[in-house]
Amino acid sequence: MDGRLLADVLVGGVAAGAVYALMALGLVLIYKTTEIVNFGHGDMATVCTFVAYAVAVQMGAPLAVAVVLSLVCAALLGALVEWGIFRVARTRHATVLSLVVATLGVALVLNGAVGVVWGHDVKTFPFLWTGPPVRVGAALLPVDQVLNLAVGVLLAAALYGFFRYTVPGIAMRATISNQAAAHLVGIPVDRMFALSWAIGSALGALAGILAAPVLYLEPNRMVDLLLKGFAAAVLGGMDSLPGAPVGGVVLGVLENLAGAYGSLELKASLAFLLIVIALALRPQGLMGTYRHRRV
Amino acid sequence: MRNPWAWSLALGAVLLPAVVPGYGLYVLTLGLIFAAAAIGLNLLTGQAGQVSMGHAGFMGIGAYTSALLSLRFAFPLALSIPLAAVGAAVVGLALGVPALRLSGPYLAVATLGFGTFVSQFLLKWESLTGGYMGLKPHRLLWTSAIPEDWQLYYFTVAILAGLSWLALRVERSRLGRAMVAVRDAEWVAQASGIDPVRTKLAAFALSAGYAGLAGALQAHVVGFISPSDFSLQASIFLLSAVVIGGLASVPGAVVGAVALTVGFQALSGVRDLRSILYGGAMVLVVMFFPGGLWRLRLNGLFTRKPVAVVWRRSRATGP
Repeated sequence: MDGRLLADVLVGGVAAGAVYALMALGLVLIYKTTEIVNFGHGDMATVCTFVAYAVAVQMGAPLAVAVVLSLVCAALLGALVEWGIFRVARTRHATVLSLVVATLGVALVLNGAVGVVWGHDVKTFPFLWTGPPVRVGAALLPVDQVLNLAVGVLLAAALYGFFRYTVPGIAMRATISNQAAAHLVGIPVDRMFALSWAIGSALGALAGILAAPVLYLEPNRMVDLLLKGFAAAVLGGMDSLPGAPVGGVVLGVLENLAGAYGSLELKASLAFLLIVIALALRPQGLMGTYRHRRV
Repeated sequence: MRNPWAWSLALGAVLLPAVVPGYGLYVLTLGLIFAAAAIGLNLLTGQAGQVSMGHAGFMGIGAYTSALLSLRFAFPLALSIPLAAVGAAVVGLALGVPALRLSGPYLAVATLGFGTFVSQFLLKWESLTGGYMGLKPHRLLWTSAIPEDWQLYYFTVAILAGLSWLALRVERSRLGRAMVAVRDAEWVAQASGIDPVRTKLAAFALSAGYAGLAGALQAHVVGFISPSDFSLQASIFLLSAVVIGGLASVPGAVVGAVALTVGFQALSGVRDLRSILYGGAMVLVVMFFPGGLWRLRLNGLFTRKPVAVVWRRSRATGP
């Protein structure tokens, strides 16, 4: 294989990984603050992508408006799920496992609702940005992948800034590291939970919108993206925010390599093979910290 | 079985064919088969605290093992079904080894990967498994005629009764108590002489064996299997059955599995609505009855004793 193709494959993998990373970031953020593994993440993203579809395609509004509205919807939905369901369940001493099962319930409800409102036929979603392929280093990239890459990098930087320099960001980190202490110094822990659900859900919606032009839109289309997001999150370390983009990019690149030099069938199951191998070697993920069991 | 509800359930199960029509019995039979797998998953997840999101994979292994043994090698079903359970248990043991190091979300994702791998594998190895087209295993036959729905029903009830009895015995055995100890405080268990490795491996093997047996039964009762019967959806279905029924409770697993299966079939005409009702029910049960349906206060009708809620986070703190 020549170097040009290899460069295409590598950069393309990074761009694909950027979308996985967005999905993974949302999952990790929610897991870190609330200990809930959100299996509803894919369907929440689907609902919000459909909202963008409704605004942009069905109502003919500009795409930028649709994206903003969709992200606002996502944040509201995330906060609503936390306030309406998990806060109540926690006060009744629900176990973490049953909370996770509740996220499966949320996923089912949203999936059914999307089916009722928008039906099951496959819809096309417009590309956010169209144009000729762009040269990135030695590689030639389709312009939508350049956008994925740019959004991924910008958001990673924005999240870093949020957690490093803003008051809510620091409060959220305090909540993550010690809930009781955070509560004692006056941080509204409940609201931090809702905030992390809102941000996580919006990140998922953004991943959905970026992936939708390629995947097309249909109620069950995001399952694959959700699984890839999980793979990336676990690979990077479920409790590590910087781990999520690392896991996403590693997954995207390896997947693309497998697709180019192996077979496309391999590409599909590679994600999980990779997880099992990675977890066997490093049970806490690439960048996660080993947590001693709380007693 | 001190619990009067358990007795009423058993009695109801025996008398049911008198009032339920043929197709209803068939659906109940399917529910009872799922219940067998749910009891197994409950031993692993409820009792030993190890989440599995790929348990339908074991059902698939059991179903295809028994189907292929009987179709290709003309094994009698009385031999191929138990062998399917053993095969699944061996795979469960093998999966248990890497799973020993994992917990929480990592274990969930790893087992989910296992389940996805099994259904992909069944799909891709067409020469053996028939791929999408699936297999048509022999129906359960003990006479020359195709068995009636009520015969299959009683057959499944009998097997499930045996499996429940075994699970209840295990629950109260040294192994069962060791599982609870490992679930609640692994290092405390270790300090008091319990081997967590052996306990977890035993839980994995036993639980996979139950699921394998259920899969084999499903293959020979339905008479058709395909990889999509054992997909991620089926695994999630099993896990929700266990949680909705009530974790760490054998009758809870049965109630959850039967209720979910009957509801699932009854609403199969209105898929989207079914998803909404199902998901809504799951959320509401977790919100308002965290102990599951089986631990509803209905028990108070017979006894005044408060109902213990297992599987709360251990309150014990400090070494």
